[in-house]
Amino acid sequence: MIPELGHFTLILALAVAFVQAIIPGMGFLRRRADWMAVAKPAALLQFALVLSAYGILTYSFIVNDFSVLYAANTSNSELPLIYRISGVWGAHEGSLLLWVLILSTWTAILAMQSKKYPVDMSAGVISVLGFISIGFILFSLFTSNPFLRHFPAPVDGGDLNPLLQDPVMAIHPPMLYMGYVGFAIPFAFAIAALVQGKLDTAWARWVRPWALIAWVSLTAGITLGSWWAYYELGWGGWWFWDPVENASFMPWLTGTALIHSLAVTEKRHALRNWTVLLAIISFSLSLLGTFLVRSGVLTSVHAFASDPTRGVFILVFLGLVVGISLGLFAYRAWQLRTITPFSFVSREMALLTNSVFLLIIMLTVLLGTLYPLILEALGGGKISVGPPYFSRVFIPLMIPVVILMAIGPFIRWRQDSVSTLTKQLRLPAILAVIFASVISLLLPGKLNLTAWFALLLAFWVFNSCYTQLKLRLRNTQSLQKGLKRIPRGWYGMIIAHIGIAFTVVGIALSSVYSQEQDVHMVSGDDRTLGDYRFEFVDVERKKGPNYQADVGTIQVYKNDKQLMTLHPEKRIYNVRKNMMTEAAINTNLLRDLYVSLGEQRNTETGAWSVRLYYKPFILWIWLGGFVMILGGLIAVTDKRYRIEVKQENIKLDDKYVATS
Amino acid sequence: MTPRKKRITIVCAIIAGMGIAATLILTAFEKNLLYFYSPTQIMNGEAPKERSFRIGGLVLENSVKKNPESLEISFILTDTVNQIEVSYEGILPDLFREGQGIVANGKLFPNNVFIAEQVLAKHDENYMPPEVAQALQEAGAEMPENHIPPQ
Repeated sequence: MIPELGHFTLILALAVAFVQAIIPGMGFLRRRADWMAVAKPAALLQFALVLSAYGILTYSFIVNDFSVLYAANTSNSELPLIYRISGVWGAHEGSLLLWVLILSTWTAILAMQSKKYPVDMSAGVISVLGFISIGFILFSLFTSNPFLRHFPAPVDGGDLNPLLQDPVMAIHPPMLYMGYVGFAIPFAFAIAALVQGKLDTAWARWVRPWALIAWVSLTAGITLGSWWAYYELGWGGWWFWDPVENASFMPWLTGTALIHSLAVTEKRHALRNWTVLLAIISFSLSLLGTFLVRSGVLTSVHAFASDPTRGVFILVFLGLVVGISLGLFAYRAWQLRTITPFSFVSREMALLTNSVFLLIIMLTVLLGTLYPLILEALGGGKISVGPPYFSRVFIPLMIPVVILMAIGPFIRWRQDSVSTLTKQLRLPAILAVIFASVISLLLPGKLNLTAWFALLLAFWVFNSCYTQLKLRLRNTQSLQKGLKRIPRGWYGMIIAHIGIAFTVVGIALSSVYSQEQDVHMVSGDDRTLGDYRFEFVDVERKKGPNYQADVGTIQVYKNDKQLMTLHPEKRIYNVRKNMMTEAAINTNLLRDLYVSLGEQRNTETGAWSVRLYYKPFILWIWLGGFVMILGGLIAVTDKRYRIEVKQENIKLDDKYVATS
Repeated sequence: MTPRKKRITIVCAIIAGMGIAATLILTAFEKNLLYFYSPTQIMNGEAPKERSFRIGGLVLENSVKKNPESLEISFILTDTVNQIEVSYEGILPDLFREGQGIVANGKLFPNNVFIAEQVLAKHDENYMPPEVAQALQEAGAEMPENHIPPQ
């Protein structure tokens, strides 16, 4: 009975989504206040209904109601409570419902804050979000209903994939979805602005915090996912240019371009149609990402064919969203041409160049991700694009972005001169060369040009941030007052840029100086990587709560002093009989020691295959991600985003203005 | 420079830059394309000799041979009609086992042994790599009973 209630609530939510999409939308077009007034209550009601549907599904998981097909497939009564709750988004149907829940949550938050926006704008935005919600609820109800039952109910469920039984993996999908769905809001604002044919600097100020929140969530989702892959998959990789990863990385790239382009639109009223286009692209890529990953199209066109209804629905919805929004853009963009001129050497130009680069990088990733699918769909044979393609293209295109990142904030709006810039940037540049050279000499291992160059880039960014802070504090009496006067948005930018510098250091140094050995070891064997000597002691069988494990013991020595004991595990989970590699990792800021077990190679000698990795500075990759998140969060709290709008100035059709 | 000339210079620079970028991207792209061949296609001599490619099929039962002293391993990959010997040195994925569908990247050597640089098995034991499924179908094999199409 209870799951049916959930199903019913979701249907009601669909009905409310129709109301939320159509009535405020008509009000927005006809400028009728009474119709627009429906937006807020409809958004809140839809949120309440979707939340109850989601809550009911979670309840089925908590009480182990395996008559619900979805719960039977993805949960198990032996599963700890926390993973029964996170297991709700452990597979397709539930994660789609989570998508809908996050969308309605963002919409409800926006509706609650509607005083910040003119009444017509918020009605328009909520209406667009309503249309997106209709699409997703229909998708859920017709192709991926999580409330379906089957009788007789199995005694126990099929269990959650053990790879997903991990705290980071529990929060990774919601973060990613918050990012994907977050870009729906800049998109909705863009559509509303296109329909109105009017877009002012206030518009950019409304959109910026939403774009930032989406960007922060997506950054968090990607960082957590990469970190998880590193420690959980057991072979020490952290980014594979896998289609699933690319699907989340593409909206991140254009989302990054969007938050920068929005800055230009807000400060200078320029690049308006470019900003709108980036908002449309970011959300379209988010849709592409969710759908491709969730429909299984990415693994193969044939997997797609295995469930044609989902695939067709996806393509139609994606086509509608992209088609309508780009059509509207083509029809209206000329009204949003840039009126404010800027010269070749100006901050506008720097930001535009950066976002063009980010867009090109996105296109190269898109090419590598979609080309195999398109070729296969056209009957051109089966191919895949090797990861070297991505790194070979990504790195050279990213270098100018990082270089410009340090210069951009120095350039004045509208026009600046190259000579002033050179004067300001000379010292940071010289210092960057010195610092990078000193650090590369201090690093263990041979001097390496790639490492030196990466350090140069990182210090270039860091020094430029420091110099800007000094410039900002030039004319203040006291340090404290000066620091307080700087807006939070500026701090956010500086911190996020430093985060990029961290990640650059982590990527370059870990890939240059890592030492990896896959070895065959018997008790007493040892290997040396860097300054560390790994001695293989033994492997013992132990019992875990819902698995059996072979637990290895490896002693690590440095300069013949025993440093630590590592215990990598090989687990077999009881229900699905999945084998899992649990690496043993010792982390600090300078290096990771990473040990994982392969398989038993010889039962007589007790030999095992073992992976031994020494990875310097790898932690910096994710540290940089977390610093970027921090920067984004600080920028969101900037006080200019809290300004409320005077509603009296909005022209509406007088006949229908609500009397209240 | 007049503004007009300046604009033309900028546009030319952008076009030149994009042209160079596009050339580099497409060269890198072409170099890193991995084509897929089934054991039958390889036996028919369709697979390239110099270039890396992907191969897929089922690991033949009782064909896995491990060197007890090192990480060398060899096994036979089959699409149920033709077979290819695959040799690999390293640690295999957790889901590698006999009877399982796998995909490997590597090169074919003149003695018709495929030297794998990487062996991939998916994270679900019921999952069959789609390339493998199709290769089996084309070879005219009955689908194994445990095959559940991926979601």
